[in-house]
Amino acid sequence: MRHRYVAIRLLQTIPVLLGVSVVVFYIIHSAPGDPIVNMLGIEATDENVAELRAAYGLNEPLYVQYFNWLGDVVQGDFGQSITRERSVAALIASRLPATLFLAFASMVIATVIAIPAGILSAVRKGSKSDYSVTVGALTGLSIPNFWLGLILILLFARTYSILPPGNYVDPMQDPVNAGKHVILPAVTVGTAFAALLARQTRSSMLDNLNQEYVKMAKSKGLSSRKVFTRHALKQALLPVITVAGLQFGYLLSATVVVEQVFAWPGMGRLIWAAVRQQDYPTVQGTVLVVATMFVLVNLLVDIAYSYLDPRVSAS
Amino acid sequence: MSTERSTGVARTWRGFRSHKLAVAGLVVVSVVTVVGILAYVDDAYLGNELITTLHYSPFEPKFMPLQGPSLAHPFGTDTLGRDVFSRTLYGAKVSVQVALTAVIVAAVIGSPLGVVAGYAGGYVETVVMRLVDVLLGFPALVLAIGLVAALGFNLTNVIIALGIVYVPQFARIARSTALSVSNEEYVDAARGMGYSTPHIVLREVLPNCVSPLLVQASLLMAFAIIAEASLSFLGLGVQPPTPTWGQMVSTGSGYLTTAPWISMFPGAAIFVTVLGFNLVGDGLRDALDPRESGERRF
Repeated sequence: MRHRYVAIRLLQTIPVLLGVSVVVFYIIHSAPGDPIVNMLGIEATDENVAELRAAYGLNEPLYVQYFNWLGDVVQGDFGQSITRERSVAALIASRLPATLFLAFASMVIATVIAIPAGILSAVRKGSKSDYSVTVGALTGLSIPNFWLGLILILLFARTYSILPPGNYVDPMQDPVNAGKHVILPAVTVGTAFAALLARQTRSSMLDNLNQEYVKMAKSKGLSSRKVFTRHALKQALLPVITVAGLQFGYLLSATVVVEQVFAWPGMGRLIWAAVRQQDYPTVQGTVLVVATMFVLVNLLVDIAYSYLDPRVSAS
Repeated sequence: MSTERSTGVARTWRGFRSHKLAVAGLVVVSVVTVVGILAYVDDAYLGNELITTLHYSPFEPKFMPLQGPSLAHPFGTDTLGRDVFSRTLYGAKVSVQVALTAVIVAAVIGSPLGVVAGYAGGYVETVVMRLVDVLLGFPALVLAIGLVAALGFNLTNVIIALGIVYVPQFARIARSTALSVSNEEYVDAARGMGYSTPHIVLREVLPNCVSPLLVQASLLMAFAIIAEASLSFLGLGVQPPTPTWGQMVSTGSGYLTTAPWISMFPGAAIFVTVLGFNLVGDGLRDALDPRESGERRF
């Protein structure tokens, strides 16, 4: 049953990824400006333009161009950047680690704070701590991350020099320093994520604490600590995993903005610079890679979930 | 029928009113909307006369750059000597205009798609929902950036981009609500009485999907305001000299220690407005208690 579910989910991912690639291809294809005219400059004759267009395969029908492009992409060839003397694939490879490190650090910080906060809030429903968690989550959800980033820089880096204002350090080379440098950007990216996670943990914990099996376990004389850890907590954290997976897209969106605030040399800054410079092959490649990562993370979350909760694959 | 509906609205309002924070949110949202509309009217029809009579023009420099907050300039002045207070008031215009229009565009496209998919089922549902899946395959802001990159950086294109990005949110909720509604007895009854499918969809299914869609709309307003501000912050949204909150925060980020007011006040305006919409959304959800709790996505 479970294998079938995994197989179906894998198969469902293929049309989604193809659809994503069509959207990316079409968006950039419809972008203003003619790349060939841009390359040759205004002095080019019509013949030059036609020749180069044929050389790049741009006179083929649109669907042929799409399949040519897709064929290259599948082999890891995203083309050449127009503004930088490098291939798009090399650019992505040089920027991806910084973004992954930031996203990972944000996730760790958010989880460590949000899940205990959500549990506390549910267990002590109606108390002052519940109120603080609820208000804190609402604040975290409403604060624009780039503004929060600036406040953190102003407070912790400029006014009191406790932490550096970003600047990526490779964690493989200098883990301690890398950790220090990632704290402010990771807190900035992770805040809204933590808010969502805390809300989800609280509500799913509350649902489970009211379930029959919890009452049953209590009436059998199990201590509330045991009931809590063995029964309610385990069940309550399942939906939290799904939320965490779905919101991975949010993390990726947030890094695009926050990398700008902290001068973080990741995918977000690459996308931003490419869009500003109308470097379309780079926009195409980066957006496609980010979207693919997002789709694959959701797939992994769904599969992991089917192992944790057998009911999913059964339905 | 109409009395039934009005008691429903009255009950929702009573529920909403008992939620103090939601009422506070509604006040914030109303104030920001009124300021945004006034700025729009002033800009489009009055040649900025209204704001200039009340305060300084948001566009004219006063040759006193980087002045701290004072009575004359409650939020200080920016790098060009423009009054940050009047620019912050004007920033409400773009925020409200973009968020409201984008959410309406998304609702108008997404909700009928979802309702039809949920009611019709079969291959119609498959096609619609796979398209929705493709749009959901992108992190929201990344898709918005890709779209404005292709369309160009201006007000209309930001609205179109965010409108497209939020279509799946409405389609999904409309579909799942329509799916459960179409199994209700009164829909069976309407079918049995020989009403046409368009009649059933418009008169029976759609009205019953309104509550969850409304909750979703108010929560999405909060996200749309942050998304517009993020695009503006990145310089990929509405271009200067039109004041937008995101763009003002971005200008101020270069003067963080010398003139923090340039970025802090417009940032606070975004925060308070988004908080307002979130409070209204949560209050509405509690008051309407729809089956689906709105799924959030940035």
